[in-house]
Amino acid sequence: MIKKYNMENVDCANCAAKMEEGIKKLEGVNDARVNFLTQKLVLDTEREDMDVLFDEVMKVCKKVDGDVEIDFQR
Amino acid sequence: MTKKQKCVLLKIILSGILLVISFFVEKNFYVRIAILTTSYFVIGFDVLKKSLRNILKGQIFDEKFLMMIATFGAFSIGEYNEAVFVMLFYQVGELFENIAVGKSRKSISELMAICPEYANIEQEGKVVAVDPEELLVGDVIVVKPGEKIPVDGCIIDGESSLDTANLTGESVPRFVAKGDSVISGCINIEGVLRIRVEKEFSNSTVSKILEMVENASSKKSVSEAFITKFAKYYTPVVVIFAFLLAVVPPIVFGEWQEWLKRALVFLVVSCPCALVISVPLSFFCGIGKASKNGVLIKGSNYIEALSKCDTVVFDKTGTLTKGVFEVTKVFSDKYSKEELLNIAAHGEKYSNHPVAVSICKAYSGKYETNITNVTEISGKGIKYVLNDAEVLVGNRALMLEKGVFVPKNTYSGTLVYVAVKNCYAGCIVVEDSVKENAKTALEDMRNCGISKEIMLSGDNRIVAENVCNKLGIDAVESELLPSEKVTALEKIIEKKKKSKTVAYVGDGVNDAPVLSRADVGIAMGAMGSDAAVEAADIVLMDDRIEKISFVIRLSKKTMAIVKQNVVFALGIKFLVMVFSLFGFSNMWLAVFADVGVAFIAIINAMRLMR
Repeated sequence: MIKKYNMENVDCANCAAKMEEGIKKLEGVNDARVNFLTQKLVLDTEREDMDVLFDEVMKVCKKVDGDVEIDFQR
Repeated sequence: MTKKQKCVLLKIILSGILLVISFFVEKNFYVRIAILTTSYFVIGFDVLKKSLRNILKGQIFDEKFLMMIATFGAFSIGEYNEAVFVMLFYQVGELFENIAVGKSRKSISELMAICPEYANIEQEGKVVAVDPEELLVGDVIVVKPGEKIPVDGCIIDGESSLDTANLTGESVPRFVAKGDSVISGCINIEGVLRIRVEKEFSNSTVSKILEMVENASSKKSVSEAFITKFAKYYTPVVVIFAFLLAVVPPIVFGEWQEWLKRALVFLVVSCPCALVISVPLSFFCGIGKASKNGVLIKGSNYIEALSKCDTVVFDKTGTLTKGVFEVTKVFSDKYSKEELLNIAAHGEKYSNHPVAVSICKAYSGKYETNITNVTEISGKGIKYVLNDAEVLVGNRALMLEKGVFVPKNTYSGTLVYVAVKNCYAGCIVVEDSVKENAKTALEDMRNCGISKEIMLSGDNRIVAENVCNKLGIDAVESELLPSEKVTALEKIIEKKKKSKTVAYVGDGVNDAPVLSRADVGIAMGAMGSDAAVEAADIVLMDDRIEKISFVIRLSKKTMAIVKQNVVFALGIKFLVMVFSLFGFSNMWLAVFADVGVAFIAIINAMRLMR
């Protein structure tokens, strides 16, 4: 399943690359792309427990930059 | 400017003023230190806060952390001014970078301002505004002048001109009336249109385009992947080098202060952001520019591939030719041209084969009603009785089958024979005409580095070679079945040079496999064919062939800017490091090599948008 989410406050291109790498390493994530320019996260995952995954993604991103917000509502 | 940016600007100004004041109190050491420290904290507080927070989470080697270490280092060796300057300059650079990125982001989202906000649905005689996503196939919507068409559909009432510039880059409005299909994203200029929804929002043109452009940057080009990977190793390596520089030479030569200063320069230069941002941004701008002109590029890797293209392979029908047949000649000894067309058109109006349609179009007279026993003979033609005489209209095979003697001829084009009472009556030549601008477009392609133009066609040899000669194409392969086109293309790809690529241009009608096999598959007039849009790498919204050289040029320009940015960013950083190694550099230069270079790279990338 491929889903797209809006992000906020991704301030630098390198941070985006780091987040992307971190998310890719999460279990059950086939692919991920943090787009610095469009401020979007594209997540390709097989996980069922999306809420848990969201928390994990958030944790990875916050580790890189504490100000990042992701809108998981979409 | 956003609120956040204004806030940073205010801090920059405040800190700058304090810095200036500090020059006037140079004699009083303690006052000066107090002012400079205040200035430093005003400008650097956010950086310090963030970097401390990141260290607690185990994130080292991050840009802000490096800035902190560098400025602390400067403080520790008594370079107070430098410390404040570096932090100040860093923030100014960041601000510029921020604004520039925001601006390019905005100009691209403006380009993509095709997404409709609402739709007026007709329910029980009333018109209600709803979210376009709520529309179902079969709903009737009303589009008033000035509004965007929210979903793909068919006009059931009204006529108007549509502004398709957002989708195709074409500024001439398109006239539409009842019965026409319209695509979402166009702006209705004049009349009120009632449209029956034919595709739901998520399947409509607009959603597909937006999705494609947004996803474009997820297909990374080689240069983009390289630079991200490079950045990953670059920072730690430079930091380690800085550490060694601060420790090893002082053991040998002493002068630890001087070496520490040089090491600090390395720390500042080690920030990778200028590199990481310059490449994807260039591609992003290139893709944005293309979509503004009605060309969708599905990934930055295709820009890279197209820039290396030296062979373009074309499909014939619908790509180089209009894909619409026209009667060009009529031969008959027994009948006049009008009479022969009259006989043929009576039967051909029962068929919807493109050739039949063209014959009916060429016939302008009236139709009689005395026609019976119409039978279509698949793949051959049609048989009927007109005014008590049996008529055959069809190809040579039909005539041979019925034992009609047909004179030999070698006209270029598709030949339709007519026989009355089993006797040859005449022949109608139907041709697909070449697009008016095809010749100039092909010549233009040669000007932008295409050395070989090849045509693949399913049509017969005479027709294909004729088109080829008219357009000055290098080679042609004709009478190919769709599957044979793939094999033909594979042969061409085998023969090409390793560093070059082959592009295939088709209209997507039964050439989807060929489109996906080519290094770069370009689909034309893709609004009609979903399969083509799926299979192609680059999609031309309309079928104007001259757009191809536009994309080729754009891809070359994009790649040039990517290269400039990489060489420039790496070059400056490297130079500053070498200078610093020998003590010719200072932290000012280092900050320029970081944020200044990033800023210039962004401005350079934005040239593409013009």
